[in-house]
Amino acid sequence: MSTLTEAAVESAVRELTYAEAIREALAIAMEADERVFLFGEDVGVYGGAFGVSGDLVHRFGPDRVIDTPISELGIAGAAVGAAITGMRPVLEIQFSDFVTLAMEQIVNQAAKIRFMFGGKAKVPMVVRLPGGSGTGAAAQHSQSLEAWFAHVPGLKVIQPSTPHDAKGMLLAAIDDPNPVLIFEHKLLYKTKGHVPEGDYRVPIGKAAVRREGRDLTIVGSSIMAVRAVAAAEKLAQEGIDAEVIDLRSLRPIDFDTIAASVRKTHRLLVVYEGVKTMGIGAEISAMIAESDVFDFLDAPIIRLGGAEVPLPYNPVLEKAAVPQEENILEAARRLARGEA
Amino acid sequence: MKADTDTTAQRPNQRPELAAIDDETMRGVLRKMHLIRKFEEAAEASYMRGLIHGTMHLSIGQEASAVGSTLPLKAEDYILSTHRGHGHCIAKGADPARMFAEFFGKENGYCKGRGGSMHIADVEGGNLGANGIVGGGLPIAVGVGMSIKAQKLDRVAVVFFGDGASNEGAFHEALNMASIWKLPILFVCENNKYGMSMDVSRAMAVPNVADRAVAYAMPGIIVDGNDLPAVAAVAREAAERARSGGGPTLIECKTYRLRGHSKSDRNLYRTKEEIEEWRNRCPIRRLEAELVAHGRFTPEELMTIEEAAQAEIDAALEFAKASPDPDPKDLTRDVYAD
Repeated sequence: MSTLTEAAVESAVRELTYAEAIREALAIAMEADERVFLFGEDVGVYGGAFGVSGDLVHRFGPDRVIDTPISELGIAGAAVGAAITGMRPVLEIQFSDFVTLAMEQIVNQAAKIRFMFGGKAKVPMVVRLPGGSGTGAAAQHSQSLEAWFAHVPGLKVIQPSTPHDAKGMLLAAIDDPNPVLIFEHKLLYKTKGHVPEGDYRVPIGKAAVRREGRDLTIVGSSIMAVRAVAAAEKLAQEGIDAEVIDLRSLRPIDFDTIAASVRKTHRLLVVYEGVKTMGIGAEISAMIAESDVFDFLDAPIIRLGGAEVPLPYNPVLEKAAVPQEENILEAARRLARGEA
Repeated sequence: MKADTDTTAQRPNQRPELAAIDDETMRGVLRKMHLIRKFEEAAEASYMRGLIHGTMHLSIGQEASAVGSTLPLKAEDYILSTHRGHGHCIAKGADPARMFAEFFGKENGYCKGRGGSMHIADVEGGNLGANGIVGGGLPIAVGVGMSIKAQKLDRVAVVFFGDGASNEGAFHEALNMASIWKLPILFVCENNKYGMSMDVSRAMAVPNVADRAVAYAMPGIIVDGNDLPAVAAVAREAAERARSGGGPTLIECKTYRLRGHSKSDRNLYRTKEEIEEWRNRCPIRRLEAELVAHGRFTPEELMTIEEAAQAEIDAALEFAKASPDPDPKDLTRDVYAD
């Protein structure tokens, strides 16, 4: 009897991959609003380098799913121009590393136009950036550069970790009247999870508590939130009750959720794939140190970030360069024991 | 233009570019060219007197390319401008008083004092902004063109840039995309001979910026940038081609900035003789002389137009001086839209 009920529930819970969830969000947005269009390198019949746009060109035509030349600076600028004149562009930068070629338009133009113009313009554009390591793509195709952009007033920076959030946050980003950069981890594209049908929004700037716990807090976003949850389940078997916060958004950052958790657990581990120094971990640690939450700490904060090295090609070295589940486990054990 | 009463045919002895501009339009042209010159002179004087801080890039000597290129535009058409953009703003119809207020950093300036000289924009007036980054407006223009096409609007975009910007990758990416997608854009290069101090002949492997158009399969037209009727004629043809789906045009206006690159320029890279030679090719005096020679305007009429422009600039300056400063409590306003 109970088996039957579970089966019924399971069939009602629709699962999609992260990539499918993004595609569904794009389709919903383009159906609902003719101002929305997707463009980028090989997003048309090729379906996107990671298959995210898939068949969208056949559903919406080449005028709304637009293949562009390999001109990252140019297409980023084109997104700005379309956004300030009434369109809702969604730009795919094929690998987030290539955004280095488009920095000028994103940092000097998109982020600043509204302010420089005294609030008389809006720049409602979305930039999708597949990033992260783990695919053997080496130093120029594997970076996590999100912290750079989180440093720029005028931009919003998000990093969903689940198919559910990827869809809901992309829909929120397309609706947002500001430039939003969405960093999509390449290893997440094939992960599956429950994704509701239809249109829904996951708000930008709001973290999610993925697992409640009393002993310590692990903060991470994107794939690090996924690895932190997996690590926390193992820690539970060892008698360590970890709370996991999925940051989801780097700018704006939801410090309140982090603060509330650390007040409860008194211990903080920040995990991120970007290079350790001058990164997300430094910012969150400083926010804690500057606030009354500092008094609640029973142990030094631990930052677990990427190694100080360009990402290597060799798979053993590549794994060693960014936090893996076992590194999170090890750091959490140290933190629980009160070791720095 | 008043086709019934004032036609090109009534001016048979004039070169066609000049004859194409009727008297009423010409009054507006002269007014704007004088407004630009006098705006720049007043800006320079304000700086010398310590009334403003920061820097500025004056377009004295380049008035014909600004006014000529925008002459065929309608109110709803777009422009994108450069760091040397005061003239483009005035040409597109900006109010010099609100421009000066911006220059003075005042709350009632076009950008509420947040942008200053290099970022004057008037989005409602079709001016999508000056730009502090050399070549920054070029890729943005591509998006504006895509927007016009997607929304099926009868509009064009004029994007101004200098000879220096044509050496930026942004220029090449933008022209290529505009051409493959046949976007309604006029790429107007104001070649004033120097990218800050570097002579264009040392900076560019081809003699003309317009030569680069061939790589992007669009017309590349060289025009005397100090000859207003010539610039206007070229811009008109390019705008018509753009509106009819013929795609973009690269127009190179050969001109000269009579002042330095910015306020700190000591002119170490050019001679007094060269500057003097170009001063004699002043686009305003040249046009006025031609109009008087053809009997279209009397010197007195021209003087009246110039004096009216001066009065408008004087009043604009007073408006700016009397305007309120922004309140520091509003420092972080307008970083994000709600």
